[in-house]
Amino acid sequence: MLAAVEVTSNWYLILSAALFAVGAMGLLIRRNPLVMFMCVELMLNAVNLSFVAFGDRLGDIAGQVSVFFVLVVAAAEVVVGLALVVAISRRRATTTADDLSVLRG
Amino acid sequence: MLSLLAQIDIEPIDTPDVDWPVLVPLLVMSVGGILMLTFASILKRLPSSVWSIATVLLSAATAITVIPLWMRVTDTANSASSTLAGSVAFDGFSLFLTVVIAFAVGLTALLSDDYLKREGLEGPELYVLLMMSGAGGIIMAFANDLIVLFLGLEILSIAVYVLAAMHVRKLQSQEAGMKYFILGAFSSAFFLYGIALIYGATGSTNLIDIKNFLSVTVLADDALLLAGFALMLVGLGFKVAAVPFHFWTPDVYQGAPTPVVAYMASGVKAAGFAAIIRVFVLTFEQYRTDWQPVIYVLAVLSLLLGSFLAIVQTDIKRMLAYSSISHAGFILVGVQAATDRGTSAVLFYLAAYAFMVIGSFGVLTVAGGKGDAAQSLEDYQGLSKRSPFLAFALMVFLFSQAGVPLTTGFFAKFGVISAAIDARSFWLGVIAMISAVVGAFLYLRVIVTMFFAGDDDHDSDDGESAGQDDIGDDADVASTDKIDVPLGAQIAIGMCLLVTVVFGIWPGPIDDLAREAIPRLVQESPAALFGN
Repeated sequence: MLAAVEVTSNWYLILSAALFAVGAMGLLIRRNPLVMFMCVELMLNAVNLSFVAFGDRLGDIAGQVSVFFVLVVAAAEVVVGLALVVAISRRRATTTADDLSVLRG
Repeated sequence: MLSLLAQIDIEPIDTPDVDWPVLVPLLVMSVGGILMLTFASILKRLPSSVWSIATVLLSAATAITVIPLWMRVTDTANSASSTLAGSVAFDGFSLFLTVVIAFAVGLTALLSDDYLKREGLEGPELYVLLMMSGAGGIIMAFANDLIVLFLGLEILSIAVYVLAAMHVRKLQSQEAGMKYFILGAFSSAFFLYGIALIYGATGSTNLIDIKNFLSVTVLADDALLLAGFALMLVGLGFKVAAVPFHFWTPDVYQGAPTPVVAYMASGVKAAGFAAIIRVFVLTFEQYRTDWQPVIYVLAVLSLLLGSFLAIVQTDIKRMLAYSSISHAGFILVGVQAATDRGTSAVLFYLAAYAFMVIGSFGVLTVAGGKGDAAQSLEDYQGLSKRSPFLAFALMVFLFSQAGVPLTTGFFAKFGVISAAIDARSFWLGVIAMISAVVGAFLYLRVIVTMFFAGDDDHDSDDGESAGQDDIGDDADVASTDKIDVPLGAQIAIGMCLLVTVVFGIWPGPIDDLAREAIPRLVQESPAALFGN
């Protein structure tokens, strides 16, 4: 039998940092606004994972409670973001971030 | 039934004590906004001006409800307190910024009324969002807990994302909203990750608990805490538009409806700096050697890039966007000092800047004409002939932004620079002064354009300024017609003018208020914490 590796809260923290980095890179690289929203969601949920892992490590319930607040905020953000995409795509056939280049100095 | 209930041992849930009077300004603003939305959906036929007037009255009410609270705070030397289990701080600092934000909301509402009519966008939405955003700002000013701070920041920001995209028929406005949204959400995620790391390092999100923890514990490994600082600074740096987190600013300021930009430059900035001061200057005072250099670098970059890049702009809204970046640099100079003097200088700056920037964008709102088309520097040639009032007002506001004596801008700049020198940051003071000189050149250029370059009255208008506008606007920016200044804008611009000049000559009152508004972290008495 293989010795079971103990999964500590550090593993979750590293996973959360990795997810956050993936989200941040994705937001910078991808050009489709919908995918960019998904990346923002990924970043926020990576933070949620951190909150839960820290809460577990500290034996404190506040970390888990914070997750609820973050979930509500993330939902509100998506509502606004999707509304913006709809508003823009009504005026434009395609919606990629590169098309949004009227404003430049 | 009752006996059955009596048998079950019900643990009463401890609810924290609420000091309701403290929450009144916030409740006026937020409940007022919600009620307005409710009434607006029932009374559809009301003219748009009603909502503008209602917003002005409600924000005035917000500012008035602060007065008794202010008396309470300044009554005895140290009567600041915290309530709601320590998550709401009640001190002069939060009240001062509440008033600044309330004024920003009210003045923006005055400017918006005519803008909405001109652009055919009448409706209560802008005002409701404005008040929601203002309520978020007030939450940030009162926040004594990182999660509360985050919620305030999001309430503030989400409303402003929509406000930036408010002009439904203008692609530029929607593009501005989209850019602001993507980058704003990105920065919020960083801010939140910073909160999570600080929570992990200190075991609490409450600022009082964090400070108490840090004062009795020496962290063996403070990497987590420092990473938290860095991430929080990225998030807040975006909100206050400090270099290198400023990329969105020129685009969003150019594309968003001009009254909204006035609010973004005043209210959003004030709330962002409220968070920076309460979190860094107050809570992490002990770790100042770790965060001060970072703020120092941000301040230097914002000061220099802001004023130098502003010079090459030809669009006046973009120009003011870069100038607002350099103003963020000036305010950071005061933050970097990390002293009481620096904090009161920052408060004075925020109050003074709110009035001059709302005034500036107020003039731009009126002078921009239909579709906000006339925003290039050439469109402002000879503004003094078309509307002496607007030209004079913009001149005063730009002088004030440049820091010319006899305006509030002078004392604001003087305050932050002397606070920096007091804190022995001589080079930062020197860089701030260089930036002020470069800025003065920039503002003078606009003033000269307005007053002296308009001699060729019959200059045929070739519509080059309106070239970008993709909607069928009548590219006829009549350059010789007199501009009618609507009443709302007259009141708003006049008020900003009055504040900028009167308190520029006699800065004592605001200065005294700013000195009394030093933030404090006060532990709630244990009796009040769960005082059922």
